[in-house]
Amino acid sequence: MNSRLDIIRTDFPILTQSVHGKSLAYFDNAATTQKPFPVIEAISRFYTEANSNVHRGVHKMSQQATQAYEGARNKIAVFLNASSPAEIIFTRGTTESINLVAFSFGEAFVKEGDEILISTLEHHSNIVPWQQLCLRKGASLKIIPISDRGELDMKAFQQLLNSRTRIVSVNHISNALGTINPIKDIIQQAHEKGIPVMIDGAQGLSHGPVDVQELGCDFYTFSSHKMYGPMGIGGLYGKREWLEKMPPYQCGGEMISKVTFEKTTFNELPYKFEAGTPNVADAIGLGAAVDYLGTIGWDFIRKQEADLLAYGTEKLGAVKGVQIIGTAAQKASIISFIMKDIHFFDAGTIIDGYGVAVRTGNHCTQPLMDRLGIIGTIRASFAFYNTREEIDRLVEAVLKVNDLFN
Amino acid sequence: MTINETIEEIINEFSSFDDWMDKYNYLIDMGKSLPVIDDKFRIDSNLITGCQSRVWLHSEYKDGIIIFTADSDAVITKGIVNLLIRVFTGHTPDEIISAETEFLDAIGLKDHLSPTRSNGLLSMIKQIKLYALAYKAQEKAL
Repeated sequence: MNSRLDIIRTDFPILTQSVHGKSLAYFDNAATTQKPFPVIEAISRFYTEANSNVHRGVHKMSQQATQAYEGARNKIAVFLNASSPAEIIFTRGTTESINLVAFSFGEAFVKEGDEILISTLEHHSNIVPWQQLCLRKGASLKIIPISDRGELDMKAFQQLLNSRTRIVSVNHISNALGTINPIKDIIQQAHEKGIPVMIDGAQGLSHGPVDVQELGCDFYTFSSHKMYGPMGIGGLYGKREWLEKMPPYQCGGEMISKVTFEKTTFNELPYKFEAGTPNVADAIGLGAAVDYLGTIGWDFIRKQEADLLAYGTEKLGAVKGVQIIGTAAQKASIISFIMKDIHFFDAGTIIDGYGVAVRTGNHCTQPLMDRLGIIGTIRASFAFYNTREEIDRLVEAVLKVNDLFN
Repeated sequence: MTINETIEEIINEFSSFDDWMDKYNYLIDMGKSLPVIDDKFRIDSNLITGCQSRVWLHSEYKDGIIIFTADSDAVITKGIVNLLIRVFTGHTPDEIISAETEFLDAIGLKDHLSPTRSNGLLSMIKQIKLYALAYKAQEKAL
């Protein structure tokens, strides 16, 4: 371990926990990342010193809470390089953000006979809301196929884009396989035909910088808890021109400008899409996570994660019977694998006994598993605070699994 | 042997294990030795859905007692299924309905096996009891 990593690990109190009497090796970062002290403290500080409802309060503490909440929005806008904080909508997370767009964009722009284009790599959260929209509207869902390595078939993508395509929605990084998709190309090609693109960024924001203006995407969704922030909050970036034209998703509270029993006029962006009292504490926590990522720096994060990915791929790949699923040229620090003739549940149970946290199953990507002809995988997903020594422990556990079941 | 006697026996067996790995070795052995369910019963209608591994549970009611057979695609799950079958098979619906299932706590299985989504353990027990209730109702109707 190098000394900077040692120091960084002390930022995450949970990493000193033991599990089944062994020190924790946490490799379930694609499900949720751990939280550093500055995030935990920001939430605690809000409830200890500043809890108050935001907006429209005349009292001092309400104004401070509003400033902190809007400050968090600003931080995210800068983090994503949005052209304005008004383009950042707070939601409960990626799933809610996708549902918001599928409903609201769908209501305004999707009609019978239209097509929605997604990919085989999608998480259920980026399938089902569109499927439901298609059912409501009589539209149809089209799927970009993948190669056996888990890469999008870009030729097929080009052919699937047509005058009926209303929107393209694909993930930035596959949660199940780690594939980093060529989203810039996807956006460019769709835009050439005047088709907007939404990027499911649930796995995107923890591994490297995202510049929504440079990408040109129309929507980008994200979850705080997968980027070292608290659970229960996340967001949607949307281009103002689209958000202005979309009807509200939920109604009540902050999103309203004027109400009579005959008619309601809606508040301006971003409040039009934020009904009810927002999750202020966690928005502030997310802001703290963004600040924290800034202090670590993408250089360190990318270098460390690339090292862990290469080391883990080499070590796991060398174990007899292990097959890595998802071997795209561009990959984030996620390794999915299967073991010959061993059920992932059996493997996961033994690995857990070693104090190593991995995820097993279909990773909410059943159509992808069907395409690959498997029922699930064992997934180790690394964060910058993980170490090579922890990977060695995973490999030791995997060797034991081979012993026990073969 | 009564249900309680079988449970006592299982608790005794498990109390001799020093660490978790012994426990799993035992479950794995039992998982490997469980007779495989007749293929004609390895069907969707016999499937108990847990998120992680699949379990097929089949029951037959004959001469006032219920005979359970089962299978799973995961070995550890199959070992647990084997334990449950050992406890419940060959008993009357009433005996099964009134049986306590806290023994799973006593043998420390709940420590490692999340009951909600991972292995459908609780769904399995629920299904065993539902079969017993159904056969009892059927008996009364006759």
